[in-house]
Formats: sequence, structure tokens, C-alpha cells
Amino acid sequence: MLTYIARRLLISIPTLIFISLVIFLLLNLAPNDPMAQVPLTVPPEVKQKMREALGLGQPLYIQFLKWLIQLFWIEPQVFIDYMFNTSFSEGKLRVISWQTRSPVMDIIVQRMPQTLWVVGMSYVVGILIAIPIGIYSAYKQYSVFDQVGTFVTMIGYSVPPFFTGVFVIVIFSVQLGWLPSIYDTTHSVVDWETFKIQLKQMVMPVMVLALQTTAMINRFMRATMLDNLNQDYVRTARAKGLSEWTVVMIHVLRNSMIPVITVIALNVPAIFGGAIITEQVFKVNGIGQQLIGAIYANDLPTVQTITFMFAVLIVLFNLLADIIYGILDPRIRYD
Amino acid sequence: MTDNNNITAKPRSKIRDVWDQFKSHKGALLGAIIFFSIVLLVMVGPFVWPFDANQIDIRSRNQGPSLLHPFGTDQLGRDTLARMMAGGRTSIAVGLAAMALSLFFGSFIGVTAGFYKRLDGVLMRFTDLFLSLPLLPLLLVMMLLFREPLSEAYGPERGMFVLIVVSIGITSWMPTARIVRADVLALKEREFVLAAKASGTSDTLIILRHIMPNVLSPIMVSATLGIANGIITESALSFLGLGFPPDFPTWGRLLNDAVDYLQQYPERVFWPGLAISLTVLSINYLGDGLRDALDPRMRKR
Repeated sequence: MLTYIARRLLISIPTLIFISLVIFLLLNLAPNDPMAQVPLTVPPEVKQKMREALGLGQPLYIQFLKWLIQLFWIEPQVFIDYMFNTSFSEGKLRVISWQTRSPVMDIIVQRMPQTLWVVGMSYVVGILIAIPIGIYSAYKQYSVFDQVGTFVTMIGYSVPPFFTGVFVIVIFSVQLGWLPSIYDTTHSVVDWETFKIQLKQMVMPVMVLALQTTAMINRFMRATMLDNLNQDYVRTARAKGLSEWTVVMIHVLRNSMIPVITVIALNVPAIFGGAIITEQVFKVNGIGQQLIGAIYANDLPTVQTITFMFAVLIVLFNLLADIIYGILDPRIRYD
Repeated sequence: MTDNNNITAKPRSKIRDVWDQFKSHKGALLGAIIFFSIVLLVMVGPFVWPFDANQIDIRSRNQGPSLLHPFGTDQLGRDTLARMMAGGRTSIAVGLAAMALSLFFGSFIGVTAGFYKRLDGVLMRFTDLFLSLPLLPLLLVMMLLFREPLSEAYGPERGMFVLIVVSIGITSWMPTARIVRADVLALKEREFVLAAKASGTSDTLIILRHIMPNVLSPIMVSATLGIANGIITESALSFLGLGFPPDFPTWGRLLNDAVDYLQQYPERVFWPGLAISLTVLSINYLGDGLRDALDPRMRKR
């Protein structure tokens, strides 16, 4: 098991370097000039100095190397300093946003909780809805419940979040006026009343994202349950006289969970992609909105770093999926 | 007894079998009908409909549905139905073109990886690397960076079309490549390929004559899903304001424009959203039915 995990870990390092190279090259080889916004009255020598100050004068590979060092060496030091009150990172150059002139990581740390809170909550809600529906749909295949469930799944699969989001805003905020359409992140929960407000503003973004999760996982859950329900060991279990509950919920469910858990882990990045749009619809100031803002403002370091953070999340969850898969199914470890 | 039946029974072609199975899937049939009606409507509609998508009539702005304007008009008095049809044209064209491009990349890499053992490892690692890229952020970044140069080269609309199609194409070929590779790996060991090899057929000819026709069904299924993916991605980009230029209607763009008037005219977001959802839903059902119909194990005897 340990060698398996070690091997997976080793594979993810070149993956991360490749991704950072792609992001870096995409941004740096593109024919667009970060100095384009500077007024024409600024003399060219000054412009050249500004370019150098931004680190743009050097050859590409040095820029790439410096960016990697900032990202993998200096930023972790800052984190350690923050955690243990040490001073490793003092005086070292961090990745600076061109928009706010503050370190990009600080902004990400400020924005991350909102994203994680909304995205994480929606994911949990989605999973909790999808799994029981998937089990029951498979158990009663082609029943009315199954047909309706499949149809709802198809809708969740097909209707994009920027429509469901706007649609629920029209119904619940504009027409009925029950829920606020803008997510207020400065709101803090202190008592029951504020908790109710928090709940109200979270319902719509969470449900919009959860619909997608539900569709994805429900589809998988149903399919793997169906595969397993027709297997010989199920007939054996029934023949032994086990109760229907034990057969389905213990024997079949356990075996069906293996691929479903992988799908759950592998879909986390896709959900973050959906979060970019959902944050835009509900005006949640998470990292997705930060990314869009940085793209509009031509703020390359922020765009680079946030895109890279998304990549890290993807690689991390892929790794997690592999490891869970290895734990659940011993055959995988020896491929 | 059964032998006799087989002899007297009419020979059945594969296409006939597939069609029969497809027909029995009600959702798929309905999906196909809806999808082709939408395509027909957006292709023929603009020729029949008297209003032009960009014809401004400021006096009749912000109208609700009427006989003259069944879907109403927008803030500049442009007919919403005409804009929906023009937008649908672009959205579906983007979906089809992006699908074609991603299928080309996907099948090329899939077949190459499956057929040539030496390239398999490299190409599949490459595919895995692409799968771990954060696609939506990268697409947004590509839009940001290549929008202006391409607009200058091909004009604002065509440049954007090329950019969106190419970016969707190169970020969505991976699932097709994986599926095709798996099928090719199994096919390669079959006798007919061996026979072709033994008779001195060149690799290119084996791939074109013997492999490709046999991996056509997974490619067709990914084609349907590819169209849906293309339409959704284009709409998402337009919705975020990083797609086509503002006066050029696509479904995502119309939805984005309508969001600004959410308080006053909430019904305006409904039409483009419904169009996107209905198209994608029908394509997904179509793909589902196609998958069942093309899988011989699913086909009833």
C-alpha cells in the first residue's frame, strides 16, 4: 500500500510541473502587453524600467523558474511563518498582484473560505440527496420513481448552472421575494436570527450547485447498483435467507460504493469550475469571482496563481481518488 | 426448429437493427425529434421571419409578447424571436464545429495510441495531463489572451468563432481518445486485423478500412455529447462576458444581457435559458438512445 501511494505521489509531481508550464507559457507567449494600459506620454526608457520591475525583462525560462520558486518555496515559508511566528520569508519576493499590489496568496486566503463553504456545502448536500435516490432507483428499476429520478437527473445534467441560478433568482427573489439574490459574505452568524439569514442566503447557491452534483452521482450510483444487483453473490445472499435490507444495504451497496467514491473525488474539480459561474450569478466573492475580475483587469500574476490553485486541487483530488480506490479494491494496488 | 426459423427469416441489416432499438427508446426518439426541429428552426427561421436580429426599432422597445413579436422585444426594440434564432445558429454552429474538432483530435490520438504500442504510453500520459488541467479557468484565460489578435486577423465575429471552437476543441478531446483507444486495443487482436496484416495491408489502410468502421459507434456517442458540451461551454463563456462581442447574439449572450433586466423583465432570461436547456437535454437523450442502440448487447433479438 505504501509503495502504491508513493508511486502515485511521484507521478503527481511531473503533472503539476507540466500544468504550471502550460499555464505559464499560455500567459507569457500570448501576444498581449501588460504595459498596454500605461499612458503613451510615459517615455520608453521608463516603460522598460517598469517592465524589468515586473520581472518581464528576463528570458522565459528564468521567469518560469522564479515563478516556481515563489510558488513552491517562498509561499510555503510565508505559511510556516504565519503558523509558527517564525521569520523564514522575511524580505523575500512574493507573487504580487498587479491590481492591488498585495501578495496574491493573501487575497486567495481571504477569498477561499467563501468558495469552500458554498462549494463544500453544495457537494455534501448533493451527495446526500443522490445516494439514496440512486439506490432506490436501481432497486425499483423502471418504476415510476426511477423514471422520474432519471428525468430529473437528465435535467440536472443538461441545464447549465447559469440558467438554473438565474431561474431560481427570478422565482424566489424577484417574484416571491423570499430569498436574497446576493450573497452577503460580511454577514456573521451570532444568534438564531442571523443564522436564519445565513441559511436563507445559502439556499440558492448551494442548491444550484447541488443539482449538478446530484445528477452526476445519482447516475453513477444507479448504474453500479444495477450492475451489482444482478451478480451471483446477491442471489447467494438471498438464498442464505438474509433480509432484503441486509442484502441491498450491506452487500450490494458496499460493492457499488467503490466506483461511486472515485467519481465523487474526481468530480470535485468540475464542481469548482461550476462554482466560478455560480459565484458570478450570486455575487459570492470567492476565488472564482476573483479570477474573473483578474481576467478583466489583465492581472496576470493573479490569473496564473488562481488557475494554478485550481490545478493543484484537481491533482490533489485525483491522488485522493487513486488512494481511496487502492484501499477499497486491493486488486488496483498491483497494476 | 430454430434453425429453420433462422433460414426463413429475412436477413436484417445492422442499420435496421440499430434503428429498431433506437425507436424503442421513447426519450431518445423524442430527443432526436426536438433537436432536429430546433436545428431546422434556427436554420430556416431567419429566412422566413420578417424581423432581422439586429434591426433596432427604439419605439417599440421593452414590449411584452404580442402577435407581432411573440417573444417580445429587448431594450433596443429588437425582436427577441429573431435574436433567439440568430443566437441559436451561432450556438449550434459552435457546438457542431467544436465537436468535429474534438472528435478529430480524440479519434486520432485514440487510434494512434491503441494501434501503435510504442506511442501508447506517451500519448496516454499526455491525455492524463490534459485531463488534470483546470479547463474552465484555462478557457477563460485563452479568451482573454487571444481575443484581440484573432479579432484583428479575421474580424470580430469570425475571429471569436475560430477562437471559441479551437479552444473548446483542444480542451475536450480526452474522453473520446480514451474510449477509442480502449476499443482499438481490443480490435487489434482480432482475426480480421491479423488477416489484413498477413496479406500485407499497410497500417494506414488497416486503420482506415478495418479499425475505423468498428470504432464508429463510440465515436458517434461522443459526438452527441460533444455537441452538448460545446453549446454549454460557449454559453458559459458568453454568459461570463468573455465570448462573442456584445451586439452579436448567441444564447449565452442573450441570457447575459437579460440578467441586467432581471428586476424589470424577469421573463427575458427564460427564452435563451430554455433554448439552451432544451437543446442540451434533447441531445443527451439522443446520445443515451444511440448508446443503447449501437451496443449489440443491449439490442433485443
